[in-house]
Amino acid sequence: MDSSISTEKLDGAIAPHTAHAHEEDHAGNSMFGFIIFLLSESVIFLSFFAGYILVKTTTPNWLPEGVSGLEVSKPAINTIVLVSSSFVAYFAERALKKENLLVFRLLWLLTMAMGAYFLVGQAIEWSELEFGFSDGVFGGLFYLLTGFHGLHVFTGILLMGIMLFKSFVPGNYAGGHTGVDATSLFWHFVDVIWIILFILIYVWQ
Amino acid sequence: MTNVPVEGIAIPDIAHPEPQNNWRKYFSFSTDHKVIGIQYLVTSFVFFLIGGLLSMVIRAELITPQADLIDRTLYNSMFTMHGTIMIFLWIFPSLVGLANYLVPLMIGARDMAFPRLNAAAFWMVPIFGILLMTSYFLPAGTAQAGWWSYPPVSTQNPTDSIITGEFVWILAVAISGVSSIMGAVNFVTTIVRMRAPGMTFFRMPAYVWTVFSAQIIQLAALPALTAGAIMLLFDAAAGTAFFNPDKGGNPVLFQHFFWFYSHPAVYVMVLPIFGVFSEIFPVYSRKPLFGYKVVAVSSLLITTVSVLVWVHHMYASNTPGWMRMLFMATTMLVAVPTGIKVFAWVATIWKGKLRLDTPMLFCLGALIMFVFAGITGVMLASVPIDIHVNNTYFVVGHFHYIVYGTITMGMFAAIYHWFPKMTGRMYYEGLGKLHFALAFIGVNLNFFPMHPLGLQGMLRRVSSYEPEYAFWNVVASIGAFLLGMSTIPFILNMVGAWVQGKPAPDNPWRAIGLEWLVSSPPPVENFEELPIVVSGPYGYGKSDPLVENAAALKEG
Repeated sequence: MDSSISTEKLDGAIAPHTAHAHEEDHAGNSMFGFIIFLLSESVIFLSFFAGYILVKTTTPNWLPEGVSGLEVSKPAINTIVLVSSSFVAYFAERALKKENLLVFRLLWLLTMAMGAYFLVGQAIEWSELEFGFSDGVFGGLFYLLTGFHGLHVFTGILLMGIMLFKSFVPGNYAGGHTGVDATSLFWHFVDVIWIILFILIYVWQ
Repeated sequence: MTNVPVEGIAIPDIAHPEPQNNWRKYFSFSTDHKVIGIQYLVTSFVFFLIGGLLSMVIRAELITPQADLIDRTLYNSMFTMHGTIMIFLWIFPSLVGLANYLVPLMIGARDMAFPRLNAAAFWMVPIFGILLMTSYFLPAGTAQAGWWSYPPVSTQNPTDSIITGEFVWILAVAISGVSSIMGAVNFVTTIVRMRAPGMTFFRMPAYVWTVFSAQIIQLAALPALTAGAIMLLFDAAAGTAFFNPDKGGNPVLFQHFFWFYSHPAVYVMVLPIFGVFSEIFPVYSRKPLFGYKVVAVSSLLITTVSVLVWVHHMYASNTPGWMRMLFMATTMLVAVPTGIKVFAWVATIWKGKLRLDTPMLFCLGALIMFVFAGITGVMLASVPIDIHVNNTYFVVGHFHYIVYGTITMGMFAAIYHWFPKMTGRMYYEGLGKLHFALAFIGVNLNFFPMHPLGLQGMLRRVSSYEPEYAFWNVVASIGAFLLGMSTIPFILNMVGAWVQGKPAPDNPWRAIGLEWLVSSPPPVENFEELPIVVSGPYGYGKSDPLVENAAALKEG
């Protein structure tokens, strides 16, 4: 038993209202839970990356027959747009903290538009490719990785849409909002994943 | 109740009113962690019975060398479903149920951090179970590739329909994975952020430490299985070639994904049982847990090492020699933190004032079987022995000493120990002891013979075998039926006691811990006012009437 701390000391240190605040900290719990959820999500992506590297380095016939490689320039522009959108999201979040709702909404909408641009760009790229999902292990991995990431981008846009909608409820967003912080974090996460993905798939061919 | 300092004093309970049984709440979408905990426990026990019946069929088939009871397809389905149900529908959910019930009470919280998420995670379990059972009605039957579902066996599809047993199996396991991640986020957040004032990490009961460690494994390793399952699903249903060597895929990649999770999953299953041992041994020995801090930290050590050992399941999968050596070393390293725990439990019991009630008997039995499983585990970690017994009954014997001998027996210990708290009634001690006796003899008769069978070379997953293996198979089958029968006194005990057992006092075992400070069963909000914790969790022996009495007698 830890007897070094006396009862008096503790009783004095913890006032009843502290105990109350302790259990009411729902926003903090949500953010904490969301962060560990994202850490867990990153393990899924890491597993895909590890699988990609293992198969690429051990498979003799890596690309499907008749395919020489991937075109890099258009995805590179897409990458720049997506990465920039993370900064826009950051400034949107800051504007909200300064209670500047109008700037928040504009920048938030811009982030969504940049995300949508990325998704459309990827859809066009997919439609132009000469190999399919079931064409060898490369085809499968390419569509799986970009598709799974695309699903995350789509989810991010959807979440931002909900946050934007909720910002029109009066008083809802006074002095910041956990939902916006969490969505913004999610967006940065999706960006970082894309940078790794872009290097793995497009740069390291 | 006002802010109650937690000291090692057992307060005599005076009035124990008849507890009210409101059974309807267990069938509703409740967000109370205690209701959810019991929902988990009862649901998973129903699946335990189904999984157990399947194993009875398997052992009935194996009582004779010929495959004369069921055809081989059905036999494949039997062991696949038995393994899947026991792991994903019994062990995981029952442990989550116990933790759901206990963790908020033990750390002085009113509920879990995300009560609705908690309820949603529970309701996925019956959905998962029912989905899995529907595969019995599919034209090609259930999945047959074993609980590990290795490709290319699992991705072969002999039917025209893409809805095969395997397809349903992967979907069902994916739902279970989502439920587990939701649970893990909830547990980690609850433990990190919702502890009562004064409940520092090193004042948490060792059980909470083990749940915390186990849930970290879920967060760190389960996503790898999710990644593998997504790819397997596409291979089985969409013609991709992730694991198909004909089109450049790599079947061993799936084994990496699978074992990167499924090895640490063993610790997700066994760590909370270590926690149960750490709670029960001190109470029934009237001594503090020996080396509490070391025991607590050893859980985190097990967590760390557990994700570095998965390749020991793949020694026979064309793994390079250097990698085998590396993973042999890391695997054997697990024995260190585990050994620390065993030493601490033995030291806790040592010269204690032992009370051999049912929970203690189950814990002692489980500890003995865990030590045995640990020894065979070190044998299996060793490359030359593993290459010899790979895919034989030796492996089956080893892991059943863990999953039944240790985990399921430990689970029974926990259910008996906290039954009065959960229901407000006492279980019947005689029936409990009968359950223990039958189970302990049954486990050993059932699973010990598998070791000599494996050493002699009998393969697992076969429905017929050479006649020289007959003797040990007959013994194992008799043991299995005995083990099956042992469940009957348990059911009688639980149902009977819950309906009309003697009302339980708040603290029938005179245990220390926040959960024993509240009434039996606890009120909806757990604590009227959150307690302030002023000492560690195992103050037995100090101000403990039983021990003091004994000491006085000795001196006098």
